[in-house]
Amino acid sequence: MSYPLGSEVVNAARLEVVDYSDCSWAESGGSNGGDRGLLSLPIVVSGCHEFLDAGSCMMAPFLRCEGLWKIYRLGDVEVEALRGLDLSIEQGEFVAIIGASGSGKSTLMNILGCLDQPTRGGYWLKGIDVAALRADELADVRNRQIGFVFQSFNLIPRTSALENAQLPLFYRGLPLREQRASAMMALARVGLQGREQHYPSQLSGGQQQRVAIARALVTEPSLLLADEPTGNLDTGSSREIMMILERLNREQGITIILVTHEADVAAYAEREVVLKDGRVLTDRSTNPGLSLSPKEA
Amino acid sequence: MPAFILLTVFTAIRILGRNRLRASLTMLGIVIGVGAVIAMVSIGEGAKAVVAQRVASMGTNVIIILPGSITAGGVHGGQGSAVTLTVSDGLDLKRRVPLLRETGWAKREMMQIVNGNRNWYGLVNGISPSYLTIRDWSYTSGGPFTQLDVDMAARVALVGQTVVENLIDLGEEPVGAVIRIKNVPFRVIGVLAPKGQSAQGYDQDDIIFIPFSTAERKVFGTQFLGSVGALFASTERMEDLDPAASQIREALRLRHRLQPDQEDDFTIRTQVDIGKVQEGTSETLTVMLFAIASVSLLVGGIGIMNILLVSVTERTREIGLRMAVGAKRRHILMQFLIEAMTLSLVGGCIGILVGVLGARLTTVIAGWPTIISGNTIAAAFFFSVAVGLFFGLYPANRAARLNPIDALRYE
Repeated sequence: MSYPLGSEVVNAARLEVVDYSDCSWAESGGSNGGDRGLLSLPIVVSGCHEFLDAGSCMMAPFLRCEGLWKIYRLGDVEVEALRGLDLSIEQGEFVAIIGASGSGKSTLMNILGCLDQPTRGGYWLKGIDVAALRADELADVRNRQIGFVFQSFNLIPRTSALENAQLPLFYRGLPLREQRASAMMALARVGLQGREQHYPSQLSGGQQQRVAIARALVTEPSLLLADEPTGNLDTGSSREIMMILERLNREQGITIILVTHEADVAAYAEREVVLKDGRVLTDRSTNPGLSLSPKEA
Repeated sequence: MPAFILLTVFTAIRILGRNRLRASLTMLGIVIGVGAVIAMVSIGEGAKAVVAQRVASMGTNVIIILPGSITAGGVHGGQGSAVTLTVSDGLDLKRRVPLLRETGWAKREMMQIVNGNRNWYGLVNGISPSYLTIRDWSYTSGGPFTQLDVDMAARVALVGQTVVENLIDLGEEPVGAVIRIKNVPFRVIGVLAPKGQSAQGYDQDDIIFIPFSTAERKVFGTQFLGSVGALFASTERMEDLDPAASQIREALRLRHRLQPDQEDDFTIRTQVDIGKVQEGTSETLTVMLFAIASVSLLVGGIGIMNILLVSVTERTREIGLRMAVGAKRRHILMQFLIEAMTLSLVGGCIGILVGVLGARLTTVIAGWPTIISGNTIAAAFFFSVAVGLFFGLYPANRAARLNPIDALRYE
């Protein structure tokens, strides 16, 4: 655990996590579930996992998908990538989405990441009806709410780590100085201080992925989407990356959705959603205590 | 937004800087295009200015009336071969056409002129004093002759610069020198200020003026007394030239008792007519050069478009990522437009330098006059921006229309 987590200004209220865990972060961050009862919206969310009590189920979840359909048209053939998928995720959860290829993982990720719109069905992120947004509004939601981590890092080549990390703030129109300061801090949070001026080509795969995480963090997003974040990494780097993600989730309460097909990577998550044929096959909590002691590779 | 544009400009410069060779080669088209436009237009403008100056050197608001040709048995002689114009025509026109400020006349012949042991074969003009004012001659030393000199058929002469150079020894004072034309001694009373080449290209300074009467009686030996080589007139205002010309025509037809079915036995040319013909030629030249240069600018623009399309394809994943982290379509559009415009602007600025340098070199090496006007430079600048904007629009739009998902997954 050598990565300094620079930002101590984690809003306690944002750490609105369910108190099913007895980990140390719960005491230090403070679990604030008091307001749940107040938000008693008459929504019965399917896919509400078994360990949540009834009160938690009644409030508007952080993220909710209802009857999501996505139909692609490839020539004359219609492909149903999602077929009435229901899912809801609470703030602060660390969810792994797994499934065979063609199960609709990527499509779901695209919709959850506001990169794509569902053909039918609803998607609410923090109460925002995403399905109703136009392209520019989607861009805003991506910029303010979501951080992306991709399998292939997607860093801009021949551009320093710092500039890669500050990119989202550039589109937010922040003054350059603020962009830099935030990006420096984000890089420090993933243990890359001193490498700000390195180009991606001068960094190892693990370091590149850390730059990508810093880029995702720089906007202080409430949701981090990691699409096979360790797919291009060796075991050592994979573990580094997963530990960073785990800590971001535990210590800063960032909701993380992880798409993977590797069981040991999925094991870092606290909840595992298995997709099959565009629907949720199983949705279960895994023992979060397991991931505290990283498994041997 | 302005901060965004500024940052995008920096980014564009850096992105282009990453691929210097490619950026330079792309800009080369614009450099050559703009350089060619500037150089060519400068040469064209220079030529135009020379023509304008030559036309202006004719005088101010000048009308020239030349005698017609003789027709003997259906065979036309050359213009001016007939002796149809006379001094009295000139005097009469002054009375009949009030628009005319002055009328004058001249008669010319190439003659051997001698001064001591030097001699020169020059154009001797017998003129009325008014001719000097109509043609706007001025003097570097001495002054014009007067009506009195004409009345007395005085043996005085005004000489042009070329004649002075060839006939008068260096250091010798031309005014007061006595030169001989056809063995008749003439006292030089004035040296004419140089005028340079005429609109037709002959040396206007290779000239000698003597009073008309003196020329007629003592030098040329005229068959018809009072006949002139050409009549000259001038008007107060340029707008009066055309009405004056038609009034002159009527007056002369009347005086020459020409029937309605008869052709004019004279030709009237105004300074504006002559200027138009001359300027038309140089105008054509300028337009042609500009057109040729524009083609290279166009080619340069296509080069920019081409390289931008390549760039958009190469950077598809980057575009996808930028969209994923919050770039809107207009951000992507701006980014590529600014890249295109940076290319064309930098190319344009270098092109302006190249063009100015090229124009200067043309003047120095070939001796052609060139005029580099601020307008030309401004136009070239504007054109390069426009080229960048126009040819950048398509690739930029293509980039902005990419679907973020497809772009992110692009291999």
